[in-house]
Amino acid sequence: MSSATMVRGDAGARAARRAAVIFLAPGLVLITLTFLLPSIAALGLSLTDFDIYAVASPGNTRFIWLRNYAELARTPMFWISLRNTLYFVLAGGPISVLVSLAVAVMLDSELVRWRGFFRTVYFAPVVTTLVAVAVVWKYLYDPRYGLLNAGLHAIGLPPVDWLGSTAWAMPSIILMTVWKGFGYNMIIFMAGLQAVPGDLYDAARVDGAGAWQRFWHVTLPTLAPTFLFVSITTMIGFLQLFSEPYVMTQGGPLHATLSIGLYMFTEGFESWHVGMGAAIAFVLFGLTLIGALVQLRLRPKGTEGGA
Amino acid sequence: MQRGRGWRASANAAILLAVAGCGGGRGQTAPPVTLRFWAFGREGEVVEALVPDFERAHPGINVRVEQIPFTAAHEKLLTSVVGRAAPDIAQLGNTWVPELVALRALVPLDSLLARSRAIARSDYFDGIWDTNIIDGATWGVPWYVDTRVIFYRSDILASAGFPAAPRTWREWREALTRVRARAGGHRYGILLPINEWAQPVILGLASGAPLLRDDDTYGDFSEPRFRAAFAFYTGLFRDSLAAPVSNVQIANLYQSFGNGEFAMFISGPWDVGECLRRLPPSLQGRWTTAPIPAPDPSDTTTPGTSLAGGSSLVVFKGSPHPDSAWAFIEYLSGPAQQSRFYALSGDLPPRQSAWEDSALRTNSYARAFRRQLQFVRATPKIPEWDEITTLLADQAEAAVRGGVPPDSALAVLDREVDRALEKRRWMRGRMHHDTAATS
Repeated sequence: MSSATMVRGDAGARAARRAAVIFLAPGLVLITLTFLLPSIAALGLSLTDFDIYAVASPGNTRFIWLRNYAELARTPMFWISLRNTLYFVLAGGPISVLVSLAVAVMLDSELVRWRGFFRTVYFAPVVTTLVAVAVVWKYLYDPRYGLLNAGLHAIGLPPVDWLGSTAWAMPSIILMTVWKGFGYNMIIFMAGLQAVPGDLYDAARVDGAGAWQRFWHVTLPTLAPTFLFVSITTMIGFLQLFSEPYVMTQGGPLHATLSIGLYMFTEGFESWHVGMGAAIAFVLFGLTLIGALVQLRLRPKGTEGGA
Repeated sequence: MQRGRGWRASANAAILLAVAGCGGGRGQTAPPVTLRFWAFGREGEVVEALVPDFERAHPGINVRVEQIPFTAAHEKLLTSVVGRAAPDIAQLGNTWVPELVALRALVPLDSLLARSRAIARSDYFDGIWDTNIIDGATWGVPWYVDTRVIFYRSDILASAGFPAAPRTWREWREALTRVRARAGGHRYGILLPINEWAQPVILGLASGAPLLRDDDTYGDFSEPRFRAAFAFYTGLFRDSLAAPVSNVQIANLYQSFGNGEFAMFISGPWDVGECLRRLPPSLQGRWTTAPIPAPDPSDTTTPGTSLAGGSSLVVFKGSPHPDSAWAFIEYLSGPAQQSRFYALSGDLPPRQSAWEDSALRTNSYARAFRRQLQFVRATPKIPEWDEITTLLADQAEAAVRGGVPPDSALAVLDREVDRALEKRRWMRGRMHHDTAATS
């Protein structure tokens, strides 16, 4: 604390504090009511065996400490859902970020015409309702009448049972998710690209750097903060995989697309193991936290300023 | 076509509503009652056609059928109860009845049934009716029934020396052995998808296994009768009589059945229609249905017990019009409506008198179902049963595919089931404690 604040009178400090409280209050109240309290309640719930019997009569609830978490650790289905979710995050996340970056760089090029048009087209899936998108993609993926298999057939390849085979179901979900989501990160990357000073490129060009070298040594380092932001938000979003498999596969075939989010939902709202569902939610929260911390730790040096 | 009918039905409803509204204006009748009826999947689509007749007969009651896809039915039902937005009436798969009873969401129907002239308990298949009785009270009226029987290729079995279906487990095994010996390679006697719980449970029911013990608070799968059934089941895989595949590995059941990849499978009434539709004309007349064989080698007359499945109609506690709801259930339960419903949906009626309907009497594929329905038993009527079926399917798969000895798999299963029933035991203990304290 600097001495400047100390010099101010008591009254001034109090007024400033009151103003701060007044300005912050609506936001704090909202966060407390809609986020903090429910989260604390959910944490409490995850330490109980709240279930269908408890819904009928609250007296049927027991406080069981961490037993839900211990139970989870020995449930194969949980590990299956964890593995699937990590598969989705580790394969889908980087693909999604790279596609966004590639498209952003392409659209940023001076050679591209109708930039606004393409930007809108690529962004359109982001603002389209997921269920509508999923229905359309289900048609595309249809093993017998789908466009994708028609394409494979046209080039002489055998058909693929996109959503029906355990090997292809997750890649199909990833493909659709990447298609639907890349436009959002693309916009952020484009904003980042516009912030790259043009004279840096000119200087590099003068030094004889080719297009690839300019990208590698000028564009990427300048984009690092954007990159970090995009990776973290993408990872958080991807960890929460739920709607896509819920609409398209219900977690099947043979649990191949059962994500942690979907497992949480089935435990909580289908089996009505609400306490267990809450515990899964906190495991997901922990995973997200760890992932974000790891990425923050991995960020390139010199980007401490952040995005 | 379906859509057109639905539209017309709602148009009729609208007209009725308007007429009823006019009547109300003259002050001669009470304001019309609107019943919300939740029906799922295919049943939800076709039941609309039965509503106009009811509304004509009961001018003060409108029925609003709310169709819900089957995949969303279960969670919608439970959340609607918790959110106090439950309908007046719903169609309930009979393994869901115990859950809603545990939630105290349903109206017990015993006093209504005692007064009812339209619903005669004795006309219903016993095992089916029993699925609705929990803790001594009746919570639902069967609407349609479902059980599992054998579908088999009569031509393949005949050429293996079985002109009629096997009646006992010994004959069954013999028939499968001969089919397998003649076919060989990737052709098997029977398809029992490895990841399904129903097949081992049916064999367990057939051998009279209790499945759970001590008032459904512990697993009882290591008990001798279930062990024998499970040994029979795993033996079919060990000796390559059953195809070693799960249901997702069968891309097209009817094509595989038609190709003779297996000569038999166990399934429910819906597959009669599917087989008629999907098998090529050359195969029609070369497949049929038969009841589940009996485990007792000397008993060639009674079938083995199978699953008591189907859906019931229930009234929700929160309904402001339980009497009107009951009137609608009585209407849907009439033999004439049940025959109509069968014609519309292909769902088998739970009343024996409705089976006298000509369409069903002459249907040779339905005969096995009618016989089987005299020998069905409910699976344990507890909310945890769904969870137990998953555990059972996992252990059955471990025994068939994972090389776990059957008896060890059953021991593991009992342990897992005991864990799943822990809450139930605790609640029972508390209840006994409470009653002991108050007395």
